[in-house]
Amino acid sequence: MQIANVVDKWTGAVKEVTIGATKDQGGTREKTVTVGGAKSIPFMDFDGDQGKRIVIAMDVYDIPPEDWPESLLKNYEDVVNDPASWAKKCAEEYGADLICLKLDGIHPDKGNKSADDAVNTVKSVLEAVNIPLIIWGCENNERDNEVMPKVSQAAAGERCLLGGATQDNYKTITAVCLADGHNLITQAPVDINIGKQVNILVTDLGFPLDRIVMFQTTGALGYGIEYCYSIHERGRIAALSGDNQMAVPVICDVGHEAWRAKEAKATDSEAPQWGSFAERGIMWEAITAVSLIQSGVDIIRMYHPKAVSITKEHIDKLT
Amino acid sequence: MALTGLEIFKLLPKTNCKKCGRPTCLAFAMQLAQKKAELKDCPDVSEEAKAKLGAASAPPIKLVTIGTGEKQLKIGEENVLFRHDEKFYNPTGVAITLSDDLDDGAFKERLNKINSLKFTRVGTEIEIDLIALQNNSGDASKFSERAKEVGGNTHLSMILVSKSADNVKAALETCADKKPLIHGANAENWESMANIAKEKNCPLTVSSPTLEELADLTEKIKGTGVTEMVLHQNSENTKEILQGLTKIRRSALKKAFRPLGFPALTYIPNGDPSQEIASASAFLAKYAGIVVVDACEPWQIMPLLTVRQNIFTDPQKPVQVEPKLYEVGQVNENSPVMFTTNFSLTYYTVEGEVEASRMPAYILAVETEGTSVLTAYSGDKLNESVVAKAMADTKIEEKVKHKKLIIPGLVAVLSAKIQETTKWEVLVGPKEASGLPTYLKSTWH
Repeated sequence: MQIANVVDKWTGAVKEVTIGATKDQGGTREKTVTVGGAKSIPFMDFDGDQGKRIVIAMDVYDIPPEDWPESLLKNYEDVVNDPASWAKKCAEEYGADLICLKLDGIHPDKGNKSADDAVNTVKSVLEAVNIPLIIWGCENNERDNEVMPKVSQAAAGERCLLGGATQDNYKTITAVCLADGHNLITQAPVDINIGKQVNILVTDLGFPLDRIVMFQTTGALGYGIEYCYSIHERGRIAALSGDNQMAVPVICDVGHEAWRAKEAKATDSEAPQWGSFAERGIMWEAITAVSLIQSGVDIIRMYHPKAVSITKEHIDKLT
Repeated sequence: MALTGLEIFKLLPKTNCKKCGRPTCLAFAMQLAQKKAELKDCPDVSEEAKAKLGAASAPPIKLVTIGTGEKQLKIGEENVLFRHDEKFYNPTGVAITLSDDLDDGAFKERLNKINSLKFTRVGTEIEIDLIALQNNSGDASKFSERAKEVGGNTHLSMILVSKSADNVKAALETCADKKPLIHGANAENWESMANIAKEKNCPLTVSSPTLEELADLTEKIKGTGVTEMVLHQNSENTKEILQGLTKIRRSALKKAFRPLGFPALTYIPNGDPSQEIASASAFLAKYAGIVVVDACEPWQIMPLLTVRQNIFTDPQKPVQVEPKLYEVGQVNENSPVMFTTNFSLTYYTVEGEVEASRMPAYILAVETEGTSVLTAYSGDKLNESVVAKAMADTKIEEKVKHKKLIIPGLVAVLSAKIQETTKWEVLVGPKEASGLPTYLKSTWH
């Protein structure tokens, strides 16, 4: 029996954003990463092109992480004090598509590192790896506005992805990204309207839409994932239905959120009924990623190499 | 799909007799279409019209009931493709396989393990629903014996997995009263399977590699009188199944295509457990009525059940706990007092951490209409007077002899105002609930 025709024809498409620049393009990366381009909801390529493959950005911090459980930390024990080696390990051993360098150390409560320190860290990471970089501030407006312009300038021409522009603090970061040729992350607190509003604010400053990646604050599995799941889904449908200001790729922060969860952190003696501590955190991170993939995301920030490989293998099966 | 007002009008007597209480048949038809009137208000409606309207008003995805009693599973009857459009109604059933050819000890061990897969999250018990007993032995008496053993030793519902109608029939002799799902019919055996399902009044899966053949089979089986069916796209390709689930859901909801108007079951055998759970999570989010897995370790099943819990929450309703004073552990007059909001996720995260600290404490869940600390604060639903009122309402000052209040670190900015309004000493707690055990141990003596 012939079944009903259920193809959905979408009028819009998510824009493609290219991160990284090769020597020919004025940078020093060996390869670039292009995300976005979807003309269908995730994996329904009978509707239209599903766009570029979802990529994994592995997080590297400029200060050693606090409170990481053993099963996570053991993968980075030898590199947590050196962001360059950390990034190299992610790129060469763990299969990261991108490095997300998070400058937490510039935060007043987390070391208050100087702009020079941050610039040196960025330069060392750029030198250590040949894949493109995401560079994210510490989410303290004052420090970000002081440090990110210098970081941006130090990486000028590398076409990094810089974060993040918020509704209350977008002018400085937008201006430096524009001047130094970087892409920009626009950020919102699980609110689709604010998300769109920030895109409007930065494009009003002359920032091109095809260099924007959106970030709706991520909730981990069991900790509000359904809120950002539905925001992503609504955003993607809006983009495909022709809302230009929503038609940009989406990044989500899975590693940090999943490893804060009690399910990832509780040891075997604290939670014997939950099964192997060594495996539990990895699964929590992987399943957070796998679930968000269904909502329409393009870049996933992750921590654990095994969670990364599970997620990549799953993406292979759907691509 | 529901009929339009004009389509209904064509089926009415068109006499404008007003017996239904509406001025015209057209007006009545319009109200029927909007479900504001009932067909029985028309005394003159023909039997033919009744049948057509009745069929059209049936849900686009059939409700299928498996099992009996407390753990009875209801799947299907979904209305939307995206949870934000309304909500997903009937949570996906999670089933775990159990092979009838395991030796006695291993069989019993796995059965017990499956039975114990339940967890408590945000104040709710989450649990698997079904045991899928597989007839891997191919033997009828073995299958029957094992079905009896499972039936007598589980509170969960059952799926009987066999291609042999005779074997299913033998197994049903021992457990038909539990209304198991028969898995099931395919292009070769559908007639004999359908007869058994009909005779024993059990729901039946229909398997085929293609949606076209599935549609053929459900129509044929419907002809035998079986109404409760579950679709099974027989494939080991994750993408093909995911796309199939979407096509099935779309054709039922958007095209009112009855041959595929049933819930669907997924199963990819013999996989790596991590990949199996990853695929099952994706299927669960995108429309499976039942996911069957081989994995049965708690660290594999807990995330899958949590995906279900999250995806099936009502997106239009902030999930709340009752705003009141909660006692965690054996509290006394020296126990710490802290407040948080009555958003479930926030409250239970705090409660979990207080439990983990092993320090008995009072948690005051302040009424913020089920919003989180920061959202409530920015919307002025959490301020010094709200906190003071909650403290007064719950008579906290009669329960402890100190006057120290731990407040969430995220609203440290409220310290002075709360102190002034309540005359309690304010201690600023951590920003993340996960910091509570350390905080309590170091600050509360």
